[in-house]
Amino acid sequence: MADVQTSNPESNFAKAVKEGLVAAALALGLFLLIVGFRTDQNIRNELVLNQRWGLLAIFVLVAGFGRFFLTAYVTPWNAARAASKRAAVAKEAKEQSAFRKSFPRIGLALLFVYPFLVIAILAAYNGSLMGGLQGSLKYVDNFGIQILIYVMLAWGLNIVIGLAGLLDLGYVAFYAVGAYSYALLSSHFGLSFWLLLPMAGIFAALWGIVLGFPVLRLRGDYLAIVTLAFGEIIRLVLINWTVVTKGTFGISGIAKATLFGIPFTPGPGGFANLLGLPNSGVYYKVFLYYLILLLALLTAWVTIRLRRMPIGRAWEALREDEIACRSLGINTTTTKLTAFATGAMFGGFAGSFFAARQGFVSPESFVFLESAIILAIVVLGGMGSLVGIAIAAAVMIGGTELLRELEFLKHIFGNDFTPELYRMLLFGLAMIVVMVWKPRGFVGNREPSAFLHKRKLISSEFTKEGHG
Amino acid sequence: MAQNKALLSIENVETYYGNIRALSGVTVHADAGEIVTLIGANGAGKSTLMMTIFGMPRARTGRIIFDGKDITQLPAHEIARLRIAQSPEGRRIFPRMTVQENLQMGASLDKLEYFDEDVRKVFDLFPRLKERINQRGGTLSGGEQQMLAIGRALMARPRLLLLDEPSLGLAPLIIKHIFEAIKELNKTTGLTVFLVEQNAFGALKLADRGYVMVNGIVTMSGASKDLLANPEVRAAYLEGGRH
Ligand SMILES: Nc1ncnc2c1ncn2[C@@H]1O[C@H](COP(=O)(O)OP(=O)(O)OP(=O)(O)O)[C@@H](O)[C@H]1O
Ligand SMILES: [Mg+2]
Repeated sequence: MADVQTSNPESNFAKAVKEGLVAAALALGLFLLIVGFRTDQNIRNELVLNQRWGLLAIFVLVAGFGRFFLTAYVTPWNAARAASKRAAVAKEAKEQSAFRKSFPRIGLALLFVYPFLVIAILAAYNGSLMGGLQGSLKYVDNFGIQILIYVMLAWGLNIVIGLAGLLDLGYVAFYAVGAYSYALLSSHFGLSFWLLLPMAGIFAALWGIVLGFPVLRLRGDYLAIVTLAFGEIIRLVLINWTVVTKGTFGISGIAKATLFGIPFTPGPGGFANLLGLPNSGVYYKVFLYYLILLLALLTAWVTIRLRRMPIGRAWEALREDEIACRSLGINTTTTKLTAFATGAMFGGFAGSFFAARQGFVSPESFVFLESAIILAIVVLGGMGSLVGIAIAAAVMIGGTELLRELEFLKHIFGNDFTPELYRMLLFGLAMIVVMVWKPRGFVGNREPSAFLHKRKLISSEFTKEGHG
Repeated sequence: MAQNKALLSIENVETYYGNIRALSGVTVHADAGEIVTLIGANGAGKSTLMMTIFGMPRARTGRIIFDGKDITQLPAHEIARLRIAQSPEGRRIFPRMTVQENLQMGASLDKLEYFDEDVRKVFDLFPRLKERINQRGGTLSGGEQQMLAIGRALMARPRLLLLDEPSLGLAPLIIKHIFEAIKELNKTTGLTVFLVEQNAFGALKLADRGYVMVNGIVTMSGASKDLLANPEVRAAYLEGGRH
């Protein structure tokens, strides 16, 4: 196919122009009413029809030129690349695996220095330490912490979906259980974050088992529907059980976490005061950043360990064939329940962290959309792959945060354009792009795992002859 | 070879799918050290009987006794823990796991203390698997998958091995190889084998005794050579079949 297209560039160009025009016409028809016209209310509450020809033109042009470029350049280029790839497949595989091996380490090192890197760069840029500290707030909080929360949630959900193959659409319920556990127990009993963090995890794990029991016999779509309902039930309970949860008002004034008993308050005895640092809200954010980083890494570490242990292997086997598992002596009931409980536990950890970070929880934070976003991250990353999921979370959550920054778009689309509203568009786009190019997610291949302690013995002895 | 002690005995078992009776009054036994085969046409209920031994589906009436213990109501994983292993219909290997991981799954009961020894035995039996140790199960050829399914069952150190149509879809040479491997195992280790087959001729050649099943009912039983010589069996399952 590549030959046909490259040897005949004229006709390819003509074809591209034609397809571009068709796409533009289609876009015009499609968006004329949706984008071209808009009804607004004026001051007297009357509906007025606004015409948005400029915006419509942008949509049409993007569709037309997009299609043109795709046909004229991207498709031939892809075909050529595929051909050359086939030729050099062995070499590429080698390079890729070397890159893959070092990527997690480099990424990890970067994550550990990230806050200081940001502060240093901004301090140099602003010419003062204070400027660096204040300026870094946004990057540490909005990008760092926000992304890491989703990394952790997605890694937790990955245990349930990626490893055990149980499609859970209500994962956010465990996040909520963790958040409310911390919020309620800390405001009523004044218990500390470090005590409540494990407790929140345990509560969430118990709820995981509660959910697990009724759905033991369900698989696939049925399981998805019931877990979805479970997520909604928890949210509705949070809204309606007003005596305890204060309903939609939420719980505010939740205590912050402390570092070995040192609070991050501005006055004497506070963190900044003790270390003789200038007062700033950044220290707490940096502390939270490292806290969520460690929590996320704990999730990853446990996942990696469990995958090499019989229980993790049983999860993976369960995903592939439940009947085979049973006839191999695996108790599928406990296997499923432990998967639900373990995944839920990490959701609970993340939830209590969330409550400590926000200082405020309300049912609005735990809507189905959150479950969907976490699930989308797991799917995009390639179910089961920790690195892929982390990349997906960084791209998707970082991308939506970036949208907030794109102020200049207002100059193009008008002042009432709010880029954040388009974040779902970004998700959808990313889903389509990834599913077309890499149907199994960023990192779609399951890495084989050897059992702990046995790895050396088995692989060194048999792999030598193993390339038949 | 038979020691006149039934290792497995299935007594008067009836199994239903919903309201449809798949097995009626099935009585079958296998003595320790025997190879017993069950032959029958498509849909006769052979696989159903094999899965009923594992309680999936469970027998509605009758009893299943293994080594003196009533296992009729036990959950499947506990039945497996009594060292009954199966290579089920459709093989059911784990497609995304490597050959090595599949074999490790077979050894789930044993915390790996015998793993190296057992894996070596499986590779002696099926050297093809050794060459493909790091290949994913789903990418193996049909014959290799069958070998893996049997190998995985053997990793559980079974006392009773249930095989559901190991010859399905395989070339005659590979069938021969697999049947020889089963015979070898039975001879050297005294492993009891319960073999479900459509390939009646090959199965009866291999087995000590056989049962014939028609529409969920055992219609004939006896020593393999008697069944091979029986005109009814010849007419229904052997003539025009594979020789
Ligand atoms: N899960 C099921 N639900 C309902 N009916 C079933 C189910 N499994 C099998 N059956 C029916 O039970 C009968 C026996 O099926 P079984 O699979 O035991 O046959 P078989 O002897 O193994 O046949 P084959 O040689 O084709 O594998 C068939 O009529 C089949 O349609
Ligand atoms: Mg069958």
